[in-house]
Amino acid sequence: MQFPFLSVIVFIPMVSALVLLLFKPEQKKAIRITALTAALLALALSIWVYFAYDKAAAGYQFIEKYTWMPLMGISLHFGVDGLSVPLVLLTGIVMVTGVMISWGIEDRPREFFAFLFLLASGVFGVFVSLDLFMLFFFYEIAVFPMFLLIVIWGWIKTREYAAMKLTLYLFIGSVISLIGALVMFWTSGAHTFDMLILETVKFSPVFQKIWFLPVFLGFAILGGIFPFHNWSPDGHVAAPTAVSMFHAGVLMKLGAFAALRVGIMLLPEGAKFWSPLIMGLALVNIVYGAFIASVQTDFKYVIGFSSVSHMGLVMMGFATLKPEGLIGAGVQMFSHGVMTALFFAAVGMVYDRAHTRDIPKLGGMIKPLPMVAIGVIIGSLVSMGMPGFSGFVAEFPIFMGIWKTQWMVAVLAAISIVVTASYVLLVVRRVFFGKMPAEFEGHISPINVLDKISLILLMGLMVGIGVFPALMVPWVQSGVQHVLTLLGGV
Amino acid sequence: MSAIFPILPEVLLISLAVIILVVDPFLNKNANRRSFLGILTGCGLIIIILTSLWFARPGEPILVFGGMLRFDWLGFLFKMFFVFAALVTAFFFVDTEKLNQRAEAYVLLLAATIGMCLMASASDLVMLYLAIETTSIPLYILAGFLTGDDKSSESGFKYLLFGALTSAVLLYGFSLAYGFAGTTNLYELGTSFKKFNLLTVGITFLVLAGLAFKVSLFPFHFWAPDVYEGAPTPVAGFLSTASKAAGFVVIMRLFTAVLPIVSADMGMILAILAALTMTIGNLIALAQRNIKRLLAYSSIAHAGYAMIGVVAYSQLGFASVGFYLLAYILTNLLAFGIINIVGSATNSDDLVAYNGLSRRNATLALAALVAFLSLAGMPPFGGFVAKFFVFTAAIQSGWIWLAVAGVLNSIFGLYYYLNILKYIYLYRMENEEEEKHPIQISRFATIGLVVLVIGIILLGTLFGPWFGFANQAALNLF
Amino acid sequence: MEFLSSHLLTLILFFPVLSAVIVFCLPKESLKAIRWTAFSASLVPFILTIILWLQFKSGQPGFQFENQYTWYAALHSTYHVGVDGLSLTMVLLTTLLTPLALLASFNIADRAKAYFMLFLFLETGMLGVFMSLDLLLFFVFWEIGLVPMYFLINQWGSEKGERTIWKGIKVQSRNYASLKFIIYTMAGSLGLLLAIQLLGVLFNTYDLQSLYANWKALEPSSGLLHFFGRVLTVSTVKTIAFWAFVISFAIKVPIWPFHTWLPDAHTEAPTAGSMILAGVLLKLGAYGFLRLVLPLYPMESAKFAGWLAFLAVMAIVFGAFAAFGQKDFKRLVAYSSVNHMGFVVLGIAAAAKAAGTLNATISLNGAVLQMFNHGLSAAGMFFLVGVLYERTHTRNLDDFGGLFPLVPIYGGILIFTSMASLGLPGLNGFVSEFLIVRGSWPVLTVSTALAMLGLLFTGAYILKGIKSVLHGPMNEHWSKGVHKLTEINLREIIVMAPLMILILVIGIFPAWMLDVINKAMMMIYK
Repeated sequence: MQFPFLSVIVFIPMVSALVLLLFKPEQKKAIRITALTAALLALALSIWVYFAYDKAAAGYQFIEKYTWMPLMGISLHFGVDGLSVPLVLLTGIVMVTGVMISWGIEDRPREFFAFLFLLASGVFGVFVSLDLFMLFFFYEIAVFPMFLLIVIWGWIKTREYAAMKLTLYLFIGSVISLIGALVMFWTSGAHTFDMLILETVKFSPVFQKIWFLPVFLGFAILGGIFPFHNWSPDGHVAAPTAVSMFHAGVLMKLGAFAALRVGIMLLPEGAKFWSPLIMGLALVNIVYGAFIASVQTDFKYVIGFSSVSHMGLVMMGFATLKPEGLIGAGVQMFSHGVMTALFFAAVGMVYDRAHTRDIPKLGGMIKPLPMVAIGVIIGSLVSMGMPGFSGFVAEFPIFMGIWKTQWMVAVLAAISIVVTASYVLLVVRRVFFGKMPAEFEGHISPINVLDKISLILLMGLMVGIGVFPALMVPWVQSGVQHVLTLLGGV
Repeated sequence: MSAIFPILPEVLLISLAVIILVVDPFLNKNANRRSFLGILTGCGLIIIILTSLWFARPGEPILVFGGMLRFDWLGFLFKMFFVFAALVTAFFFVDTEKLNQRAEAYVLLLAATIGMCLMASASDLVMLYLAIETTSIPLYILAGFLTGDDKSSESGFKYLLFGALTSAVLLYGFSLAYGFAGTTNLYELGTSFKKFNLLTVGITFLVLAGLAFKVSLFPFHFWAPDVYEGAPTPVAGFLSTASKAAGFVVIMRLFTAVLPIVSADMGMILAILAALTMTIGNLIALAQRNIKRLLAYSSIAHAGYAMIGVVAYSQLGFASVGFYLLAYILTNLLAFGIINIVGSATNSDDLVAYNGLSRRNATLALAALVAFLSLAGMPPFGGFVAKFFVFTAAIQSGWIWLAVAGVLNSIFGLYYYLNILKYIYLYRMENEEEEKHPIQISRFATIGLVVLVIGIILLGTLFGPWFGFANQAALNLF
Repeated sequence: MEFLSSHLLTLILFFPVLSAVIVFCLPKESLKAIRWTAFSASLVPFILTIILWLQFKSGQPGFQFENQYTWYAALHSTYHVGVDGLSLTMVLLTTLLTPLALLASFNIADRAKAYFMLFLFLETGMLGVFMSLDLLLFFVFWEIGLVPMYFLINQWGSEKGERTIWKGIKVQSRNYASLKFIIYTMAGSLGLLLAIQLLGVLFNTYDLQSLYANWKALEPSSGLLHFFGRVLTVSTVKTIAFWAFVISFAIKVPIWPFHTWLPDAHTEAPTAGSMILAGVLLKLGAYGFLRLVLPLYPMESAKFAGWLAFLAVMAIVFGAFAAFGQKDFKRLVAYSSVNHMGFVVLGIAAAAKAAGTLNATISLNGAVLQMFNHGLSAAGMFFLVGVLYERTHTRNLDDFGGLFPLVPIYGGILIFTSMASLGLPGLNGFVSEFLIVRGSWPVLTVSTALAMLGLLFTGAYILKGIKSVLHGPMNEHWSKGVHKLTEINLREIIVMAPLMILILVIGIFPAWMLDVINKAMMMIYK
């Protein structure tokens, strides 16, 4: 019997959450160490799975299937393919860095880490689920802890509003997709929620055209698709640092990924029919997101809207339905996840010391926080799509895919690259260079070793993949192959 | 001896009630008495459940006692639900002032449970009416049990008046049915109700009115908020769960056995009623500041969700109703249990009393989290699975708009449940001295809470076997 | 040794990165260690380039010293480097100027480590562009070169000076200049990106040699790209790519009127930054023309050569006029770059118009040699301005006057370098300008005539510059006291020495370089 890697990865966070709840609230050190250990364990396993995945064989591997309720064809069915295994790795990375960044939380750390890990379990679960019921099960688990995390530990000014808006918005999205999924279940005639079987079912073209849009958009709401992206910037800003890292770094990928798995892969004809619309919406994401980001004065809002813009690239890549576009989208999910985790970690470090995120009020932060500045600079280069970094490795094929589909869209989307470059460089200059305002003199303490480790890890990933695309692209490519078979076969 | 198995639970319940009544005068009027009565009732109920499960499991459905009762899985399953609900409620009784001193409270509880068990397996109109009254009257008294409290008396009276009125309507419907068909046996009545004419429709509406009251379906839901608010909290919990479930069993039996043809056409009307119930329950709950009233409206909404399963009118539909009710019983009991604890500790049922609860007692706050998220339909709790299957059944039967209405209503629900969690986790007490005002939970309450939390999580994760039971019960309907 | 000779280019390319890592590991207080490590490390690529030059077989067609490894397999892009005569010349220029620029930067004390690291990364970027035989790789290195320069200008540029941008907001000049530089150039490279992507879609490969071979193979009217029913044909794609290439390279060269980023960037950059900027970075654009535009698009280039020549002449004439009018010494030199690069473009235009003829080869030789020469003289001029600035903290020509007696050696070097810039026969500038004029006169007579006018004014502004600084009544301010001008020191002389030697050698005996260039040019444009 093969070691059940995927179940262990999915359930470690949940089990650790329960273990954490057994601690007394005062045992803060023990709580933090337990949390970090669990996170490291999950990361170690996900690294193992990543490198043990056989790219040549492709397909779904590390499969585990346990019948759960045969009456309705529900099974606990896990498996990873080339597209999901980088995302599992990403979750592990964000989990570890998130725990390290949150080391300083003093208000009820026990509940904080418990809820964070519940969230992590949900995320892992969605990425590896091959059963539609289980996908929804874990998807919802990944939604509600956000409310608690934001409302309790978030930014006082907007946390209640943002948390409620975010949760309701995401929930609405997921239930719309749920209805679609249930309709698919009954129409398939296969009486099973097993996605591998559902992939082979040929739904009628009319059915697919009607139901693709609710299913795809319901999930894409979590991916931040225009015009349903509004929850994201507010959610990002209100959330505590680690939660923002999770939110933008992993959660938004969850939405896009589920949209791919359930929408595109199970309803390929519908995908082809609606591809122009999705491309149009994604284009608005990309360009509009960039423009709005450039006029923000709150550092976190800048990153929030830039996430909307970059997720637009992911969904654009999906919508092209071309191999390059899909490959690029797959890499972009990982690259943007790491980049945005780094950005939010950096913002958090600055905010914890300066107690403001207002860009005009900041300045000269490179002196006391040199590593943070370098991290943000590298993140900015990634976000511009500068070659040598992972952003380029992701964005270039996406554009190739767009060219092959609608060339005008590529031209328009390219505008965002310049806009992104300009605002990101300006923000970096204003926050980190120049003269530090007098009120901060002597108040900016250096970052601790855990923060440094997190930053170095994230920076290393972005540079590594940028210089050696072979570290990630072959995996994504093998996953994309399968998607193309589903698209081409119908 | 085996003839008694169909009514084994009821017989044992009566025996337990008699034992309590007999033992009571011999107990000293002190603190130990409270726990003793509670322990006695609790152990008794546990024995009843175990004995019934061991001996009295049904096989193929048969009519017993001259056609009065039907010994089948549907009845049996729900009987176990009721006894379990009574068990947990008995534990919560122990902590409630005024209730715990009086053995009568426990006896009334048991009496109502007997009535419900009979409701679950009744297959005759007279038996059914008897059972309904046997359930209701003790509950009227229990609702008004706190004699010194005006609200409680008002609640008892309101419940009585409403209940009496709707019982009368129900009885009228039953009598018409008898007059029309010439028999009181449900399963024989079904053969006469083949035609869709004024009489059958009229009877259906009358019966529906009576039963809708029991399950607090629109437009017969008005009594619920006031009654729940005024009644002692554990009683409200019991009312909102077991009594509602009992009503649903009767609806399921009647609508499949007696009124199948009518039911099929009635589908649209029932669907609209369900949708309205959900919507009104959720919308008005949004405005509530008193948590008991809020839960009352939430219970009304949940009746609507469960009704969707009935509207689906399929094996899966009825199975999902059974599962939904099980999950709902556990969740609501937990919610009311928590309200009871916080209510006695703070002497208030306003939402503000929950400020800073997570710092006053973190475990209680976590239990509240489980309860309210399960009510909202979030995994990994039972509420999620329950809603999932109800919607699945609706879509299978083609009621897509109803499923959509259901999910949209879930969103409203999510809002106010999350709101409560905000009070518990985010808001602080006035002087921010939560450490100085911890909330203690008694042993009994702890047992009750733990059992319920585990049950909810179990239903949310390892739901296969439980749904299997519900499915088995649903099989017996057709 | 086998490894060395078979991977020479890769070593040259990545050694600066390795050096940057070594510098990173040094403690930031030990300035001496940082400077000397960086400088000595930068000599290694230079020595390797000399070896490269000596082993290069100039008559052999195609590219030599090729290395190819898979890089981004999913996109059919490989790590493919190689040199021919053209790129070898540019590689030599780069590896020569970088050590000199680093030596010139020995006076930087503020965050020296980051400074030197950025310079070394910049060197890799520039070398990569010249060596790339894969379009995607070309683009990668093209972009990589932008970022270090942005930070160099931004962080170590001249601190004085303010610009007022819209709404009355004042920003530091160097911030303005660096942002304008990077945004302008990135906008240009955006076009490059789109063109490369288009070509990648068409040919399913980015390899330059494949592109050369298969360029004509595709059916011109076959449609490949769709936009709501309207199809882009192959010929349309090629045309779009042509203009995209032209614009992005035009911005880099810079060709008038896309030159407006240059004066600010050159003026505000630190001395060494300006040396590299003018010395190498501008050549990237011209290189792009020679490597991509002319070989792939002979017809289109011929058609638009007239316009290109017109723009070149504008650059020459207006550049000269603008330089003449400057009060800021550095800005004067910056405009002189516009002026000199104009000649390069004129040569390219002539070659385009008369492709395949002797005139074309002559102009090309002139253009490439001018690229090399201008690299030397511009770097020298900027350095000398920097030497003066470091002592006087002003670049305003009016502040100087009659400094020759105070700093005779400096004066001599300045005159020498200025003459090279002016195109004095016997020095390198003359050779390349003569070749260009000789090659383009039969082809683009009017333009060349006008360019000669520009040449006249070139002389004018250079002499004016020298006069303001060195001749005339001495400005007493600098002759005594704390402001007393010190002579140029040994380090600075060593910086100038190689440049001056090469300037002289190429001026008198250009054959060794021209031979390599000539054979390469003859083979590129068969």
